[in-house]
Amino acid sequence: MTPRRKRLLAVVAILAGVGAATALAMLAFQDNLLYFYNPSQVLAGDAPGGRTFRIGGMVTEGSLQRTEGTLQVRFVVTDYQHSIPVRYEGLLPDLFREGQGVIAHGKMTASGEFAADEVLAKHDENYMPPEVAESLHTPTPARVSE
Amino acid sequence: MKLPFRFLVPAIAFAVLVAFFVIGLQREPGRIPSPLIGKPAPAFSLESLGEPAWKVGSADFSGRPWLLNVWATWCVGCRDEHEALLAIARENRVAIMGLNWRDDRALALRWLAQLGNPYVSVAYDPEGRTAIDWGVYGAPETFLVDADGRVIKKHVGPLTMETWEREFLPLLPPAEAAK
Amino acid sequence: MIPELGHFALILALLLSVAQAVFNLGGAARGNMAWMAAGRSAVVGQFVFVALAFGSLAWAFIQRDFSVVYVATNSHSQLPLFYRIAAVWGAHEGSLLLWSLCLAGWTLAVAACSGSLEAPFRSRVLGFLGLISIGFQLFMLTTSNPFKRLMPAASEGLDLNPLLQDFALAVHPPILYLGYVGFSVAFAFACATLLEGRLDAAWARWTRPWTLAAWLFLTIGIALGSWWAYYELGWGGWWFWDPVENASFMPWLAGTALIHSLAVTEKRGLFKSWTLLLAVSAFSLSLLGTFLVRSGVLISVHAFATDPKRGIFILAFLTIVIGGALLLYAWRAPRLKSAAGFEVTARESFLLFNNAFLVAALGLILLGTLYPLFMDALELGKISVGPPYFELVFLVPMLPLLALLGVGMHAAWKRGLLGSARNRLYAAAGLGIGGALLIGGAAYGDLRPMTTLGFALALWVMLSALAIPLARIRARQPLPAAVLGMVVAHFGIGLATLGITGVQSFKVEKDFALAVGEAAQIAGYDFRFAAIRDVQGPNFIGVEADIVVTREGSPVTVLHPQKRLYNSGGNPMTEAGIEVGAARDLFAALGDELGQGRWSLRLQYKPLIRYIWLGAILVAFGGLIAALDRRYRVPAQARAGETVPATQ
Repeated sequence: MTPRRKRLLAVVAILAGVGAATALAMLAFQDNLLYFYNPSQVLAGDAPGGRTFRIGGMVTEGSLQRTEGTLQVRFVVTDYQHSIPVRYEGLLPDLFREGQGVIAHGKMTASGEFAADEVLAKHDENYMPPEVAESLHTPTPARVSE
Repeated sequence: MKLPFRFLVPAIAFAVLVAFFVIGLQREPGRIPSPLIGKPAPAFSLESLGEPAWKVGSADFSGRPWLLNVWATWCVGCRDEHEALLAIARENRVAIMGLNWRDDRALALRWLAQLGNPYVSVAYDPEGRTAIDWGVYGAPETFLVDADGRVIKKHVGPLTMETWEREFLPLLPPAEAAK
Repeated sequence: MIPELGHFALILALLLSVAQAVFNLGGAARGNMAWMAAGRSAVVGQFVFVALAFGSLAWAFIQRDFSVVYVATNSHSQLPLFYRIAAVWGAHEGSLLLWSLCLAGWTLAVAACSGSLEAPFRSRVLGFLGLISIGFQLFMLTTSNPFKRLMPAASEGLDLNPLLQDFALAVHPPILYLGYVGFSVAFAFACATLLEGRLDAAWARWTRPWTLAAWLFLTIGIALGSWWAYYELGWGGWWFWDPVENASFMPWLAGTALIHSLAVTEKRGLFKSWTLLLAVSAFSLSLLGTFLVRSGVLISVHAFATDPKRGIFILAFLTIVIGGALLLYAWRAPRLKSAAGFEVTARESFLLFNNAFLVAALGLILLGTLYPLFMDALELGKISVGPPYFELVFLVPMLPLLALLGVGMHAAWKRGLLGSARNRLYAAAGLGIGGALLIGGAAYGDLRPMTTLGFALALWVMLSALAIPLARIRARQPLPAAVLGMVVAHFGIGLATLGITGVQSFKVEKDFALAVGEAAQIAGYDFRFAAIRDVQGPNFIGVEADIVVTREGSPVTVLHPQKRLYNSGGNPMTEAGIEVGAARDLFAALGDELGQGRWSLRLQYKPLIRYIWLGAILVAFGGLIAALDRRYRVPAQARAGETVPATQ
């Protein structure tokens, strides 16, 4: 094989490799890009229906309800403009508390409740996503709340 | 000197990456220092939240360091930092003045009544003009003004005890023996 | 007093770093032996003063000096001594001091062990290391001073984050940093090589043991972090593709590609410019990781508190160091030409594929880690990239890599696969597939394709690795440390693959609501919630549960998960109860009281998970063996320019 052929082969191989990697990346991104919304955005219809996304805000004081003796919990997530009820079945993270921040991962149901399959507490040492930290610093709303 | 292009690719790719990082840092202005630091605190004189007939302003604490905390009832992070503010107020190291920003007076007063009031006084800024002078673009934000009336620190986002101890306290003069 | 001395020592260290850079680089440029000698002395001086600074900070922690801000925010009067020391690197400022200490240490080691290098080259290496030291020390002194005072002193500290009050996590940063920072040696060697315009491949031989050493520390550091996450974070996960985890994994991938590429460059003089680029990249990824974690552009688990000035400083530092190195590469690398050819089935070919697949995985992981930043910068929304992305983009390149790995170990240089090797490989392949079917079928009763493939590849790699020493012993051939190290490390990779396949395929994780006396079943094990009681520790109180585990009636173990409340306040923390077995882990974590006398419990069955970390340890051990090979200790000058025969 002449050096020129070898060079050509190398270039083709590299392009093929990059192409394969790009295709793989796009395939992998498809369902794994998780968008984050606050309750106001969800109620305004910004969040994709039927698909998993993340919702974040504060847990409304007094909203945490357990079905006694079971793993089922309900609580309300709010951004002080709007609120959304959340239901979840499972262990809550250690740092979950009313009046503190939370992120829930799941889907909106037809009943207007958010069915969470994962709950992360905002100041969780385990994980604090960037959008949460930024959402703690709020620019002024368009109108003053009533 | 002939420079085959492909050898520059890594450097160019890196430059693009750095450009994204620069944009990323600037998008959240809390990541770059405020231009107000070291300058005299913008003067203001506003109605007090509780007593509209009284005025509160930047001249109230001249001669000693003080904190300006920008807050509102619609602000998620303000609820978050409230306990820390109460604790800092209890320490009695500096006076805290609140700047109630683009909010409803009645709601704000009810909020303080329910959750506790860490502020020596609260200035009411419903139009947000004073906030603009201070370069405020979101709440909560907290400013430390020194005894000479200069802004020496700005903190964006909720204040925590850790931030207070690590970044604010070292900037304060040593506490006097008697209060 | 001591903190001020520490601060002063750090300032002196910075001055000595400047001296180190100036005298070494200047001396090499001018051919001035006196300067170069002064540069070497500066290395020693810098180390001494950084160590003094570090010691002062440690002393402040040991003495519970809460008049130092950093101590007050990371320690507590009731914190046990071991953790008071570990708290030194528990947060941003102290961890930077640790970085600087590691860098000074590696620099000292290079200065001490490089007597066989030509003086100008050695000086350039030390000079570049000095430039990096300047950056970190300047960073500390301008934005992140660990010695800042607090007046009046706090009466009590804010305590070390309870998550960090753990042995594994206490030692994790020093080991990890020795790895990260150690890649700076390869980086400095590469920069020196590029600067001098060296056309030969001698630098590859010099760089290889240093890179192996850094790489093995990084391997252990990552494994420790994973193991810690598993038992401490309470939920049984061992890898989350969290940005900070990725920040340590990416340099590891680059480092792995580098040690293999160095082998080719050293032995055959090939891939010279590529290896140089990799050497620059590995350390660049370490620095990039530092930026990501401390600047606030991506926040995660380990995120240190962000201060605006810090992000800018690190970015500027990053730009100068990495940008400078890449420009140096662009300027000098074109002159390097490798002309030798090799067969498709030769070892060079396999190592080329090794690099291709590792770099592909690395690139895709980098893309996933930075994607949220790109999207946010372009104002396309706030997104995060979920673990399934990373799992897929890592898995796909690894499959062909593992398959080729088994063959590549037996391929000779230049000429390719010899007859006797082929037979060994057919045997290994056959046994591998058979073994996989056996494990999947008999042990777990499940023959899913991906699982079987995973087991088969794992066994294939392990058997292929073992075949090498067996063949050599039978043929009465010597087994040099380099070969033994390779065998052990690759065997470790196979073992880790076995563990990963097992746990990801057959793990069971379920949440239950149980009252005392009730039981739950998973994976054939019965977990009975026997009792719950209050407990007390040196700096915490809490509750502890007894979970009695049986299998088909016979007792297996009793687990004691706890929920703790630390005296320094804050939220509750979970300590899982774990039982380690030869083939599986059993795991129980205690949740909350649910009312009606019930508690929430997370129970897990984790087959083969220990082999992941055991495999990683073997990988590191293999690296150690290889790094200690006799030929690295023979003076390099005697060997520079030698051509090496095609077979080992």
